[in-house]
Amino acid sequence: MPAAEVVAALAARVGAVPFTLGVDVSAPDLLVTLRALRDVHGYRYYVCASATDRSAEFELLHGVRNLDTNDDIWVRVHLPRDAPEVDSAAHTYAGAEWQEREIFDLFGLIFRAHPDPRRLMLPDQYVGHPLRKDFPIDTPWGYRPATVGAPVAEPEA
Amino acid sequence: MTSDVEIVERDFGELALNMGPQHPSTHGVLRLVLYLRGETVLRAVPGIGYLHRGVEKLCETLAYDQLAPVFERNDYLGPTSNSLAFVLTVERHGSFHVPRRGAWLRGLVAELQRVASHLVWLGTLGLDLGGALGGGTTLYMYCFREREKILDLLEELTGTRFHTNFNLIGGARYDLTSAIGAHARGLADGFDAMLDELLSMSAKSGVFRGRTEGVGVISRDLALGAGVTGPVLRGSGVAFDIRRARPYDAYAELEFDIPVRTAGDALARFEVRMAEIGQSARLIRQIVDGLPPGPICSRKPLKNPKATKLAAGEAYAAVESPRGELGVLLVADGTSQPWRLKINAPSFANLQVVPLIAPGMLLADVIATLGSLDPVMGDVDR
Repeated sequence: MPAAEVVAALAARVGAVPFTLGVDVSAPDLLVTLRALRDVHGYRYYVCASATDRSAEFELLHGVRNLDTNDDIWVRVHLPRDAPEVDSAAHTYAGAEWQEREIFDLFGLIFRAHPDPRRLMLPDQYVGHPLRKDFPIDTPWGYRPATVGAPVAEPEA
Repeated sequence: MTSDVEIVERDFGELALNMGPQHPSTHGVLRLVLYLRGETVLRAVPGIGYLHRGVEKLCETLAYDQLAPVFERNDYLGPTSNSLAFVLTVERHGSFHVPRRGAWLRGLVAELQRVASHLVWLGTLGLDLGGALGGGTTLYMYCFREREKILDLLEELTGTRFHTNFNLIGGARYDLTSAIGAHARGLADGFDAMLDELLSMSAKSGVFRGRTEGVGVISRDLALGAGVTGPVLRGSGVAFDIRRARPYDAYAELEFDIPVRTAGDALARFEVRMAEIGQSARLIRQIVDGLPPGPICSRKPLKNPKATKLAAGEAYAAVESPRGELGVLLVADGTSQPWRLKINAPSFANLQVVPLIAPGMLLADVIATLGSLDPVMGDVDR
């Protein structure tokens, strides 16, 4: 569980709402929250970023850590599916640059003012964002879940 | 006598050198586009993804009990740590009990593979530094000879040399017999002599020190902001080790030190890893000597992997893999499959500092820096 006083300070500052791993903030407050965590609360270590496709919306998480208190906090924002845009954290934490590129690549979230907004894993000409739940996986070139049918009987000799 | 040779200073402009994806010094399929002026790097643009297999997408289509072997394929030099991070996350989120003996055995295999992984790193670092170390092949061969002994032990214990598939949700898969325990103990006792031999071929060579000292310096601030991890973080003066900070399995009960160096250069990372081999030997000796009796797994063999369901919610757990913090962020939705699984890969975190520190470096120092970061591309690309 993240430190209670940090959560309380963020609740007072940007109206953050706690969840299991950290706090929920509104998307415009993301950078303010991260800068406050880094500069005021000593969360200077960047853990990683992750995104989740919740069908109706996307969730974006940035994990940061205070190495002195050995405490993690995950800052989560909810982004609408039709316009998943958020400010880039790459200027706040250097480690966010590649993490955000990966999320852009695989989820299609747009990071405003990102220093290098390119795909990271997939080829530049690739179409689609495969970690989205509506990405068609049953395509001739895509992954097809293995189906195991009934064993085929050996023909009688 | 005067020389007729006229020395002309010529600016050949900027040269883009494409290193990789098939290049022996890039440790797999890393592509590095280096923009050079003479031998000095102006900027480096890494290209990754050549080994992207969509593991995170695959995880969403498999049941929890089918996933541990998939994880072992990510970081193929320390497979056990990968599946350990996964089973640990599931165990914490689903409140599975792990018997004490099982937890200790998981630590034994993880530490053996840490030594094996560090030996591959040292051997390939020797190759990277190349001609400076007499071809570097000598160091490489000695490292692989020692690694072979560990792989033989793992084969004896688990039946496989690399992807041991040792970790189960709720414990370990194979038990240690007294004969294999004696074998492991004897092997760990030999690690100190092995370290002396390997150090005599590496750190004690002035050429080796010249190639690594002051090369690829990562400052403490950059290390924190970029989120580098493992020996790279500890080489930059941050004493953070998941095994000590957030003890899992047996580590709360075992004694070990965390080697730290403050220089932040390739030599510091080298020294941290070499000291870690000694600490792993200490841990292996303690585990074999003090292995508690009892069952190794709290769950019965499975008939239906889809029977295991986890409650909806999020969980994050991490282990200290040979390359650093390997974390799994699990988003469960109440079914037998994860809704979303994010792998926080240590090689990914360590590799992304290359474009940040490369400008101004000599071309040869980029190779030494890459070698000291020890990236595994299977882990970076997932």
